[in-house]
Amino acid sequence: VLKESKRAVNSILVDDDDEDEEDVERVSWSGEPVGSISWSVKETASSIRSGSEQSFPKIDTTPSLSKQGSGYSLSSLFKAKSKPGAFQSFSESFSDTSSRTYAPELRKPKSDGKDVVSDLSPEETVRRMQKGRAFSLEKFRSLQDKLLLLDEAVAVYDGNVITAVLIFLKKSLSKEILFRELMARDVALRHYVHYLKEMGEQKLLVELLKALGRTEDMALMHYKEHLNIKDESRRRDFLKSCLSLPFSQDDATHVQDHYTLLERQIIIEASDKKAVAEIFKKFPRKASILNMPIITTLYYSCFYHYGESEGTFSSPSNIRKTFRISEKQYILTALGARAKLKSWFDVDSLFNTKNWLGYTKKRSPIGFHRVVDILHKNSAPVQVLQEYVNLIDNPDLKLGGALKYKCHDIVINTYRDLKDRQQLIVYREKLERDSPEYRKIQELLNNVQIRWKN
Amino acid sequence: MAHTEWRDAPELPDFSLLKRLARDQLIFLLEQLPGKKDLFIDADLMSPLDRIANVTILKQHEVDKLYKVELKPIVSSSDQLCFLIRPRIQTVKWISDLVNADKVAGRFRRYKIIFTPQKFYACETVLEEQGVYGDVTTDEWNFYILPLDDDILSLELPEFFRDNFLEGDQRWVTTAGSALHLLQSVYGSFSKVYGIGRCAKVRICDKTLNLTDEQILVDENMGSVFLVDRDVDFVTPLCSQVVYEGLVDDLFRIKCGSVEFGPDVTSSDKSIKVMLNSQDKVFSEIRNEHFSNVFGFLSQKAKNLQTAYDKRRGMDIQQMKAFVSDELKGLKQEHRLLSLHIGASESMMKKKTKQDFQELLKTEHSLLEGFEIRECITYIEEHINRQVSMIDSLRLLCLLSITENGLLSKDYRSLKAQYLQSYGIKHLLTFANLRQLGLLEEQQAGETLTVMESKVGKLVNDKTVGKLTDAFSSLAKKSNFRALSKRLALVPKSGEEYDLRVPRDMAYVFSGAYIPLSCKLIEQVLERDGWTGLEEVTRMLNGQEFAVTGGSSSSEARNKTDAQRIVLVMFLGGCTFSEISALRFLGKERDTYYVKQIEYMVNIKLSI
Repeated sequence: VLKESKRAVNSILVDDDDEDEEDVERVSWSGEPVGSISWSVKETASSIRSGSEQSFPKIDTTPSLSKQGSGYSLSSLFKAKSKPGAFQSFSESFSDTSSRTYAPELRKPKSDGKDVVSDLSPEETVRRMQKGRAFSLEKFRSLQDKLLLLDEAVAVYDGNVITAVLIFLKKSLSKEILFRELMARDVALRHYVHYLKEMGEQKLLVELLKALGRTEDMALMHYKEHLNIKDESRRRDFLKSCLSLPFSQDDATHVQDHYTLLERQIIIEASDKKAVAEIFKKFPRKASILNMPIITTLYYSCFYHYGESEGTFSSPSNIRKTFRISEKQYILTALGARAKLKSWFDVDSLFNTKNWLGYTKKRSPIGFHRVVDILHKNSAPVQVLQEYVNLIDNPDLKLGGALKYKCHDIVINTYRDLKDRQQLIVYREKLERDSPEYRKIQELLNNVQIRWKN
Repeated sequence: MAHTEWRDAPELPDFSLLKRLARDQLIFLLEQLPGKKDLFIDADLMSPLDRIANVTILKQHEVDKLYKVELKPIVSSSDQLCFLIRPRIQTVKWISDLVNADKVAGRFRRYKIIFTPQKFYACETVLEEQGVYGDVTTDEWNFYILPLDDDILSLELPEFFRDNFLEGDQRWVTTAGSALHLLQSVYGSFSKVYGIGRCAKVRICDKTLNLTDEQILVDENMGSVFLVDRDVDFVTPLCSQVVYEGLVDDLFRIKCGSVEFGPDVTSSDKSIKVMLNSQDKVFSEIRNEHFSNVFGFLSQKAKNLQTAYDKRRGMDIQQMKAFVSDELKGLKQEHRLLSLHIGASESMMKKKTKQDFQELLKTEHSLLEGFEIRECITYIEEHINRQVSMIDSLRLLCLLSITENGLLSKDYRSLKAQYLQSYGIKHLLTFANLRQLGLLEEQQAGETLTVMESKVGKLVNDKTVGKLTDAFSSLAKKSNFRALSKRLALVPKSGEEYDLRVPRDMAYVFSGAYIPLSCKLIEQVLERDGWTGLEEVTRMLNGQEFAVTGGSSSSEARNKTDAQRIVLVMFLGGCTFSEISALRFLGKERDTYYVKQIEYMVNIKLSI
């Protein structure tokens, strides 16, 4: 029932609108029940579909057109725009919106204001452009005039206007001439480059950068395209095509690496996808290795392909060599991977070095306290941790590590060496009564031979 | 400007008026397309829109369905499509494609684009080129300023930084000018304008002061305004934040004045969106505090709350009734907020008290102080090797470069190579961008530079000389952080105890290790009422400073009215919460009130 009465009310309102256009505006603006408008539009939409299509696109044209159609004609609905309504003052108060509704025309001068707008000086034209008023650039035909216009736009620091002028120059000057002139105009040039980037005019941009002698920028710009290529073999081929670009020496190496890396990843991915080795069953791969960074790839290879001979692309040693990975970085990554698998034996052998007597000694390019951190994060057992805590050089770090990871022996021995009786007593309280460590402390404290410092 | 008696902070203008203006204009624009319509909104306009209007309002104005602009084909059966977008070429191209597809399919609809905060000629050209100009009508919604809090206004233009500083496109500078223009016309003119930086300067000449003869609605004074270009101070946004609000931003990202706390904070399985502003009584008390004080404060607060609840015991029915109706709701509200912030600080503690964070801070402080640089480089290297936070690594690299005037060639190459290995080779584009911005550079050997200069100087013609001089001066400008820091005493002498509970200066926002350069400049200039005596500093900052006395009514300068004690600080290119906290501190100390206007809250995002 409610619905029906609402509809009834609405239909009445529609009739009202029909008779008096002023009402539409007032009602709609003051936020009266809006059903009215929705009704009228439904009607409008259907009436348009049924044939008055031609009358639509010209919205701001003469009001007489609206009279021709039905009372619902769209142009009548749009009239609020051109009519100074209650709102005009508000919108004017913060910027002249009303005048901005003029369509800015870059080439076609507006017929009604032609004489006024086409004879303006560069200054006046730019000023009008800034304010969003009608203007015409048609008059600026000589190169000199065009450049005066551009320089004026740059002088008022309005990026929007600078770009507008550049669009006009792009259409009315040959690119050779435009490029030449931009060369000496840095601000305008940067606006132009940015505009071309946003428009996706890659080709022109490359030509421009070439003309400017900015070959490195050009190479990078081209290289950037690879980000938009989703298919990995196409991406690989694209990277290959980048190899000949004039990168800086460093970047050339990096791009070469990028290509090599993706090429290898594609090979590894293809074979690992259907791999049946034990390790793949035990630790199923969570993601593909494609497009991962070098270090992630190395980690992956240390995880799934450890111990493979250097001849295979997927072996850690091959990756390490191909991408010139530092020893430190290699150890760090391999340590992470092997510790994750709890292969403490592999971890051990990472640090073992033999001297000429065949005597093994542990050596690490990263601090052993870091090694301990990593082992702990991978929940290494105390025996393993203890061994590495013992290798920490710095005594403070060593004690800190021992305390943190509960390597009792090391703690006790350190306090013993420091002759710190008080600390030993404190530490004893933290231990379980009658545990071997507890007893060890007890024995030490009872040892009369030690000269305690406290 | 010593104040003889304590005065309350001046009342700030009622900025909610700006919201109302924006909402009214939006409604007006929607009315321009009467009838049912589907509305497509740019993703990054959603939150700002939420702050000023809601779905009901949109529905009232016959918005049928709401969609997010995703640059994909659409499924809308509506006969009228309205697009509320930022003026971006890509979006306009997408709309043109929709219109053309409809045309091909013989489908008739009406289209309207509402650009906010303004339209650009480049966008309209796209419509023209795609042959849909006229099929699509356009309008502007001048939603320049979003008040995020009592004392924070935002332009919500995240692209300002990139467009302006990286691409060198000045289109948003005008927009920012219009925002000031709007403020003046609503709240009165600025009595004095200070600033430093290229955009800041440009803006002034052009816009702000030319307003006097135009329509200013109120005959009042809005105090003074201080404009700073972000590139005047890149150091501050590169430092890890340690005041509460800054940390919340670093960890959870504050967007448009609200934050989403995940399950680890809410200790439930849902995320909760929370508004962070002065309405939140708990938050407003801790937002500017150094993180180390927050926990103690919160637990005290929790105790007080318990006591308040406990009052119930021993109440009779009447009292209980009064309690329930008067206090309980407030207490419950406080309870809810308190548990959220406690949850947030717990999760911060977890992440930030780790050894890692301590070491990170230590390295930053060493860099600021110029102390043990080799160790810092080793630390950064390890940070990169371990593949931990990509952004932190980059921040450290930039901080190293800026404080040290660029990296030694061999360090630069080796660190860059390792960075690319760890985080992906595509980031060589990031490095190119950072170099362009002057954030991460390779040192040019001094000799090479002079030799090059003299050689090139002889070769080139007049036109290019200007450009080259620019290039050289930008190379030369780099070497200044150390000198600036010394000159302005930005880094307190090490070894002194700094009591973070009783901050003595703005350095507290960085644990007493560094006073934000931007804020120090503001303090100095306001103290001197100009740049006199700071010539050396401004020279090191590449000039571009100014101070202009504005409008007519600045004669009775002696007796400052409340409004004149207000200083609007506008960061062109974004600012950090740490800077806001520092300015709040400064405001309290100097009996001045700062309103911050920003392009966007940066939490510096440096990637490609």
